[in-house]
Amino acid sequence: MAKFEKANSVGEWLDQRLNIKMLNRVLMTEYWIPKDINFLWAMGMVLAFTFSMLLISGIFLLMYYKPDVNMAFDSVNYTIMQEVAYGWLFRHIHGVGASVVFLIIYIHMFTGIYYGSYKRGREMIWLSGMLLFVLFSAEAFSGYMLPWGQMSYWAAYVITNIFGGIPFIGDELVVWIRGNFYVADSTLTRFFMLHVLLIPLAILGAIGLHFYSLRIPHVNNQKGEEIDFEEESGKYLAGRKKQSKVIPFWPVFIAKDVFVLSIFLVFFFYLVFYHYDFAMDPVNFDPANGLKTPPHIYPEWYFLWSYEVLRGFFFDIGPMKASDIGLAAFGFAQIIFALLPWLDRSPTVAPANQRPYFRCWFWTMMVVLVILTIFGKLPPTGTNAWVGFFSSITFILLFLILPVVTKAEAKKVASNKEGE
Amino acid sequence: MKELKILGVIIFFTLVTYWGVEPLAHSIFHPHVEPADFEFSDLPPVQGKGEVATGKELVVANCTGCHSIKSQGYPAPLDNASANASYGVVPPDLSTAGKIYNENFLANFIKNPAHATKTEHKFVGGKVHPMPSFNWMSDNDIASIIAYLKFIAPKEMTNREVFVDACGRCHNMKYAKIKATSDVSNYMGSTPPDLSMMIRSRGEHYLTTFINDPQKHLHGTAMPRVGLTQEAEEQVIAFLEEIGDSKKEEREALAPYVLGFLVFMAIISLLWKKEVWSEVE
Repeated sequence: MAKFEKANSVGEWLDQRLNIKMLNRVLMTEYWIPKDINFLWAMGMVLAFTFSMLLISGIFLLMYYKPDVNMAFDSVNYTIMQEVAYGWLFRHIHGVGASVVFLIIYIHMFTGIYYGSYKRGREMIWLSGMLLFVLFSAEAFSGYMLPWGQMSYWAAYVITNIFGGIPFIGDELVVWIRGNFYVADSTLTRFFMLHVLLIPLAILGAIGLHFYSLRIPHVNNQKGEEIDFEEESGKYLAGRKKQSKVIPFWPVFIAKDVFVLSIFLVFFFYLVFYHYDFAMDPVNFDPANGLKTPPHIYPEWYFLWSYEVLRGFFFDIGPMKASDIGLAAFGFAQIIFALLPWLDRSPTVAPANQRPYFRCWFWTMMVVLVILTIFGKLPPTGTNAWVGFFSSITFILLFLILPVVTKAEAKKVASNKEGE
Repeated sequence: MKELKILGVIIFFTLVTYWGVEPLAHSIFHPHVEPADFEFSDLPPVQGKGEVATGKELVVANCTGCHSIKSQGYPAPLDNASANASYGVVPPDLSTAGKIYNENFLANFIKNPAHATKTEHKFVGGKVHPMPSFNWMSDNDIASIIAYLKFIAPKEMTNREVFVDACGRCHNMKYAKIKATSDVSNYMGSTPPDLSMMIRSRGEHYLTTFINDPQKHLHGTAMPRVGLTQEAEEQVIAFLEEIGDSKKEEREALAPYVLGFLVFMAIISLLWKKEVWSEVE
């Protein structure tokens, strides 16, 4: 057993037992971040904060919510929204937060793609991030079911039905997921469990993994420059702060984060108070009715691009049924982003705009995703169906040609260098 | 500067996406309809000369057989359950009819209820509107009935009273503890929805045109046009808001404090950032 001397302060007492000074250095004052960054590097903290708001508001909602098909709707719309003190505020924060967190996730994700932050040792950061994206999607979907409104019910119906397309086990799988032959009380209760226990636990674990995966390859910077962190942090600690290419997490990095976070929060709470309908769909304020199909069924905006890939293939091709092709394309869309580090064959780590071919690829992808998102909500009839079809095809082709494009780019870059 | 450019790109993509999934999609889901017409100008004007005393005689002779007028001491001939079973709907009490309904609508309604309410498509194949048409009456007689109904109508009504008289025979409103007096599922073909959360699920804008003329948004719906005056409809919508969005005032009162605090925090954090970064840049 270690020998303990009498401590002269609470800090010292804690340090003897928990080594907090060392912990503070490792996590805060000597955790190094590149200096050459812009506000997009604050999105991680913005996400962490938004997740905390979701967690806290969720805990308050959980105290009054009733996961039962006969009580769920009223427990949300009457008890929480009208009877509980500031229950409406917690629900609005939770509902708007669930939508806005995806906006930030997408910004965070496309920042990573734009700056090539998934390569050169950063593959695990990317993979753990994509795992978080999948978990957040599952969390959002399960949570959307809980108010038991019309869109809760019908989205649950449509999305669980998708699994029916899986060969051989599809039909049994749908029943297994729903716990019944149709979307019923059993479905609500199990998605409630997933939403408040299993998925949040997995998210907390994945956030830990995501943060940890940053430690060895370090955070990327605006130019994709390889930084010698040992040397640069040495400069910083020696007092040459202006020459050093790195900054400590605390207080320098966090000072910028807090500023960006404050601006974000102004925007966020403006939405919470004045502009919440985009996140809390009015249709879902009609109670669930399994006998009355709404005229338009669509998922929340953040799922629309992949939903459009699912329904973009609207006609049979040869022996293949439209729905099977759509399902395969949907499956492709779900996993393909995760494989990006291996599809990008160029070793260059640089902002997309400094990469001759990847630049076109990136901005085309952005436009295609916006088109897919918009047409994912519109009725899939007439021209809309064809726009959906061609943009789904373009989406898939973009990923199929990415290895070729990036290989050609690598060659071009190499020959340019030789020419210099 | 560069950061502002990046922010501009993000805002641009966000706004285009937002425009597509909200305003554009909604304009397609809910095509534009003409604004509410509180004159009910599709109905021909009934231009009789009305007298309150004649009106009273006519009402007693023709209306009180089915309708109660509790404010004038005429009780309902049947209890609600029996009336519902006999007519398919409980005939409304007429105490407030002169106040909440447009007078020309009311005159046309008395002449031909299914036509005025735009529900003729529901009364085909031998089905008839529970209220018979009084198209045999002269315009002067009908005008007298209206004059009497207006004469006995209260000058002021609460939002709740208007709602109960205008909507409460068919619609439940669970959160206001209002239960429909009639079960019209048989004669309408479906149970009218509970109205507790309508203000959030439809919104004021939609409700304004919908209540005025349901056929505009839901072509073929069984819901009758009820002919509310603009004032009465505004009271109905105000009541829907009182019940379905009861914390609106609290929400709007709290907002400036929260946003004000956050703007203050943004200023403080900008100063902190500048101080910390001045050492490293």
